[in-house]
Amino acid sequence: MDLVLLIEQLLNGLQFGVMLFLMAAGLTLIFGVMGLINLAHGSLYMVGAFAAAAVASATGSFTLALIASLAAAAIAGVIVEMVVIRRLYDRDHLDQVLATFALILIFSEGTRWVFGSFPLYLDVPSALSGAVDLPFGISYPAYRLAIIGIGFVVAFGLFLLITRTRIGMRIRAGESDREMIAALGVNIAVLYTAVFALGAALAGFAGALVGAIQSVQVGMGEPVLILAFVTIVIGGIGSIRGAFVGALLVGLTDTMGRVLLPVLFGAFMNPSAATSIGSALASMSIYILMAAILLFKPTGLYGSA
Amino acid sequence: MRRETLINTVLTLGLLAVPLAAWAMDEPYTITLATKVVILALAGVGLNLALGLGGLVSLGHAMFFGIGGYAAGILASHAQSYDPIMEWPFLIEGTQSMPVIWLLAIVVSALVALATGALSLRTSGVYFIMITLAFGQMFYYFTISWPAYGGEDGLSIYVRDRFPGLNTLDPMHFFGLCFALLMLGLFIVARISRSGFGLALNAARQNEARVRAVGIEPYRLRLIAFVISGAITGLAGALYADLNRFVSPVMFSWQTSGEIMIFVILGGVARLFGPVAGAALFIILEEVLGGVSDYWHIYLGALLLIVVLFARGGLIGLLAGRNGGGGHD
Amino acid sequence: MTESLLDIRGISKSFGALKASDDVSLDLKQGEIHALIGPNGAGKSTLIAQIAGSLRPDSGEVWLEGRNVTHHDTVARANAGLGRTFQISSLAMEDTVLQNAVLGALGARHRVPGVWRPVMRDSDLRATAIEALREVGLEEFAHFRTADLSHGQRRQLEVAVALTLRPHVFLMDEPMAGLGAEGSAILVEFLRNLKSRAPILLVEHDMDAVFQLADRISVLVYGRIIATGSPDEIRANREVREAYLGEEDEE
Repeated sequence: MDLVLLIEQLLNGLQFGVMLFLMAAGLTLIFGVMGLINLAHGSLYMVGAFAAAAVASATGSFTLALIASLAAAAIAGVIVEMVVIRRLYDRDHLDQVLATFALILIFSEGTRWVFGSFPLYLDVPSALSGAVDLPFGISYPAYRLAIIGIGFVVAFGLFLLITRTRIGMRIRAGESDREMIAALGVNIAVLYTAVFALGAALAGFAGALVGAIQSVQVGMGEPVLILAFVTIVIGGIGSIRGAFVGALLVGLTDTMGRVLLPVLFGAFMNPSAATSIGSALASMSIYILMAAILLFKPTGLYGSA
Repeated sequence: MRRETLINTVLTLGLLAVPLAAWAMDEPYTITLATKVVILALAGVGLNLALGLGGLVSLGHAMFFGIGGYAAGILASHAQSYDPIMEWPFLIEGTQSMPVIWLLAIVVSALVALATGALSLRTSGVYFIMITLAFGQMFYYFTISWPAYGGEDGLSIYVRDRFPGLNTLDPMHFFGLCFALLMLGLFIVARISRSGFGLALNAARQNEARVRAVGIEPYRLRLIAFVISGAITGLAGALYADLNRFVSPVMFSWQTSGEIMIFVILGGVARLFGPVAGAALFIILEEVLGGVSDYWHIYLGALLLIVVLFARGGLIGLLAGRNGGGGHD
Repeated sequence: MTESLLDIRGISKSFGALKASDDVSLDLKQGEIHALIGPNGAGKSTLIAQIAGSLRPDSGEVWLEGRNVTHHDTVARANAGLGRTFQISSLAMEDTVLQNAVLGALGARHRVPGVWRPVMRDSDLRATAIEALREVGLEEFAHFRTADLSHGQRRQLEVAVALTLRPHVFLMDEPMAGLGAEGSAILVEFLRNLKSRAPILLVEHDMDAVFQLADRISVLVYGRIIATGSPDEIRANREVREAYLGEEDEE
């Protein structure tokens, strides 16, 4: 295995991790502030991807497609929050799981109804369709590099939003003390809707960005959702920093595991057995990572008890 | 007779009457549907022990369902090829004997439940939900990427597993077998929920500090409950494999976990017969709505949403009124 | 000198800059009621948590019947003979009163409860439970759902569950709270008789009850024990009077 391939895979892992962060950030915010476990977060990811694909095919503009993904997911988030989610804040986790599972069924089948079962495709914008030459003779797709950049910018922006702004202060206050923030005269219902819409927009945005790499289809959100769960469990539920660290850990572990494990087993096995054992183990690697972290820190890396 | 007991009796008799009538009218498809209800109900009965009595919101029970299914599938495929599963350190051969398959499904599910439960029960609340979900996914991806038993395509079972004295090819015989196991499962869960263990487990769900203060460790109770629960759902998985003569990674998918939970909730959580009512309702909806629209999951989702938001007792709760719970004296 | 059944030796616990327990020592001897009083925010809850085992002290030790249980958790301390009641009723609210009491009796057996035999038909457990309910005056409510009990009745049930444990030491966290004058008077009489069975560490706000009942009183202020002594000594103690001057108007 050469260095070039290794660095390429590292970048792939980073890109994957950054996408996971966009999903995980919303999940962890929504849990941290409202105490809600939202299984339908993957549906918002899907909504964003479909909105982007539809707008891109109608207008040909990738920028408009991204704006559409943010808007559509945020609007879907607001509607869902006002109709269903806000009735769940005072309920137990079981009710939250069931109701948001029901939302997945409705979203998925609804999307299938509107768009059909065939996948849509979203093209990478022409400006970013080529490859970029990096040091060591590495050539890496510009679009994936852009995703990594966007991810870091969003992460930094979120960090600033939470720590430096009034709304961030309110979000943090809402996390620690609902009554106090209500006493401060902040309209808690509006705050909750806004946080939910923010999380939804991030998910939708991630869906659109990934939609240009993979296909856009019904059910695309749930595998990502579960990885995002693994991410925030590792990072500690409610912690943005934990979501970031967890996302990169999961992204890198998964990508590198798929590349390295078959090679590793190949060192002392015949190639076909090494490939099958290696890839089977690689598919389990992030769950093993999660289990290992939980053994030592049951509330995740940055979680509080 | 209590109203719930009456409902349970009616449910049981109905579950027997439908396939008997179908048998008389020579409608094997209906018998198969009834068998499906019975098997899915058994999977729900397993989950209900953890969820209803123990308050353990496991979104990973597909793990056990799939393990049971693959236990059946793998043993049968080796029986067909006369190729032993392993020869070292001891010889394990494939088998078509249902009791052996069931035993293996139960034992392996229980062991996996012990390992995953020991870890996930160290956490609680949303952590527990997400971790069980993740463990289920782990098995899902493992079966997809493990080529020996069909990988993503699944594994067909070409031989019919046997049970001494019965013709398992006859749908009615197979139904009877599954029905008997469901009744046994219900009996076991009923006994457990009335036992001291059940009392303490149910109390730990309501108030953990109380149970600890009387000197009982909730973790141990929950782990035992999780293991028994996984074993029952695993048995259901083995039966499901025989019903479909096919197993695939879908049995491990998180949608399967969600559906098993839906059976429990639609019927009424912590009601002994809740999963039976829920599975029956689910299959009826699938048949009726599935015939009306390809997109019947929308209606299922809407129904589930209504049950969760407005009718928390589920079907049996609606019929029997409030005040169900652990089924104690 | 009689041996202390419960012996708290110099425990300290800080949360950041706040010293919630500051080198607290107190003990409980056979046959006595030792009351712990102190104004709100004095650190009583933190101290109880460390005695019951739900919180670890930063330093110091907790001894129960001559055994160091500092590193034992709540479950182990319950099994070592500590019977506690909670300040806020901590019961299985969906279960019946009798089931709650049976749970206590079940815990007193010190083993993982069986999965097969119907527990409510176990005549030994039932007898223990009903006896405890009778003692606190809840026998006729045995088949009520706990959630349907009045606030005061739940307090009584707390005590009954502790009785079923047959503990060697009682730790009671404000058992009089919300009982009303009549209920308090009955409970005072009850505790007076109970202490011969096992000594009681009584944390209580009701000063009348404390001074009627306690053999010894310790006063906790800002995490420190400022005085320990007989009710008369405490009544006469200047430091205690000062600590309570502001407090008395509020209560």
